[in-house]
Amino acid sequence: MKRILPWIVPVLVLLAWQAAAQAGWIRPQVMPAPSAVAEAAWRLSRSGELWANIEVSAWRALAGFAIGGGIGFAFGMANGLSALSETLTDSTLQMVRNIPHLALIPLVILWFGIDEEAKLFLVALGVFFPIYVNTLHGVRSVDTQLLEMGRAYGMSERALFLRVVLPGALPSIFVGLRYGLGIMWLTLIVAETISASSGIGYMAMNAREFMMVDVVVFSILVYAALGKLADSIARLLERVCLAWNPVYAKG
Amino acid sequence: MNVTVLDRAVARETRVSGAGATATLRGIRKRFGTHEVLQGIDLDIPAGQFVAIVGRSGCGKSTLLRLIAGLDQPSAGRIAVDGQENAWKDVVRLMFQEPRLLPWQRVVANVEVGLTHAESRTERRREAQDVLAQVGLAGRERDWPAVLSGGQKQRVALARALASHPRLLAFDEPLGALDALTRIEMQDLIERVWQEKGFTAIVVTHDVTEAVALADRILVLDGGHVAMDVAVDLPRPRRRGDPQAAAIEGRILDRLLQR
Ligand SMILES: Nc1ncnc2c1ncn2[C@@H]1O[C@H](COP(=O)(O)OP(=O)(O)O)[C@@H](O)[C@H]1O
Ligand SMILES: [Mg+2]
Repeated sequence: MKRILPWIVPVLVLLAWQAAAQAGWIRPQVMPAPSAVAEAAWRLSRSGELWANIEVSAWRALAGFAIGGGIGFAFGMANGLSALSETLTDSTLQMVRNIPHLALIPLVILWFGIDEEAKLFLVALGVFFPIYVNTLHGVRSVDTQLLEMGRAYGMSERALFLRVVLPGALPSIFVGLRYGLGIMWLTLIVAETISASSGIGYMAMNAREFMMVDVVVFSILVYAALGKLADSIARLLERVCLAWNPVYAKG
Repeated sequence: MNVTVLDRAVARETRVSGAGATATLRGIRKRFGTHEVLQGIDLDIPAGQFVAIVGRSGCGKSTLLRLIAGLDQPSAGRIAVDGQENAWKDVVRLMFQEPRLLPWQRVVANVEVGLTHAESRTERRREAQDVLAQVGLAGRERDWPAVLSGGQKQRVALARALASHPRLLAFDEPLGALDALTRIEMQDLIERVWQEKGFTAIVVTHDVTEAVALADRILVLDGGHVAMDVAVDLPRPRRRGDPQAAAIEGRILDRLLQR
């Protein structure tokens, strides 16, 4: 019963929507019926168009995330471990952080046109900061008593990093990871909607020109599903990697 | 191959029965800013002795222990363990006030932190399991530290320390946070492993009864000096509530409370 209850309201909304559309209360140019969206989904997946576009978008998302997240992780670790590195780069990074990365879109289009680089650059930039900030915070909050214990037991710097610093920073890194995933999709949606010749956002904008509202709505749902999928994977990873932590162990 | 196995066995044997290390402190001073916590400590601790250090809170007990464990450097004076002034850090282990287990490693892996010498993975695992059994935690190898009680966590910390075969084991109020019964169990455990392994033991405690129950010798630290050095020549195992023990305890308490 507990599992069914949360679904009652969404199902009712869907049924009411379908009924209203069939009764002609909602014009199909404004909002297509759920059945029309489902048809569009079927059509697009049969033709292969959907999968091709998902592949393109997913690749952009992951590549941008890997680049931005990788650099953010590296800077976070370096600045957490080395005071010199932090003095050198942290205030610069914090200043750049104040610029909303989406504000750079006109500039990015000037630089890269509407090529892949533009989207990768924006996604990477957006993902960089949450990963950087949370990695840095994670390393800084590693228990100094554990570090002292490790040193007292003769751990090498390498062992200290792998057995104490990294696992200690991991909960915070995961916070950054999940936040970064959210920004990753958001950035990609904006970037693909403004300028692209493939991808889910392109699919939506292209359909808009031909007044295919069902495809537009379906594209939005695809974005939502991809976002949910990415978050679920992150949660799963979190549960596996942080199984030692009673906060995550149950989940 | 037989030779290496034999060598290893011999090496372990000497680590175990090579037993206690002596500790020699000469003119040890330690200053934090303008505050001189230790103002000239001279001590000779023979191999295998069980020493308890008592004193008021903030009198420098932890500071002294950290110096002996090599975690801090004295402002002045010299420390030698087994006559060595350097390179004795592997000989000494300090059990901290907190268990300081790695929360993300299972119990057995935490004990393996102390196995810096063991060669193969399987051998490490086997030794860790042996030591866990010695502290009464057989079967808990796969648990996360988070599910253990305070006393069990300290047992794991003890196992980790024992795994490295220390010849001098220092304890900084390791039982301070435990309830009375667990405390007595842990005291018995510490006394037992000390008798079995023969390491030199230095225990800091604020509990004079505990000191009298465990130690061969009690040092009272006050004003940056060793204010009292009392031998406890009572046979083991000691009964709690022994009148001779009570007399010693009374003398030390009088000194601590300046009566
Ligand atoms: N790292 C440190 N920096 C500054 N002062 C310290 C430090 N460690 C200890 N002290 C001071 O030295 C004194 C003795 O501390 P400690 O050895 O921990 O006492 P005890 O263990 O006997 O309670 C205290 O006054 C404490 O504030
Ligand atoms: Mg102390």
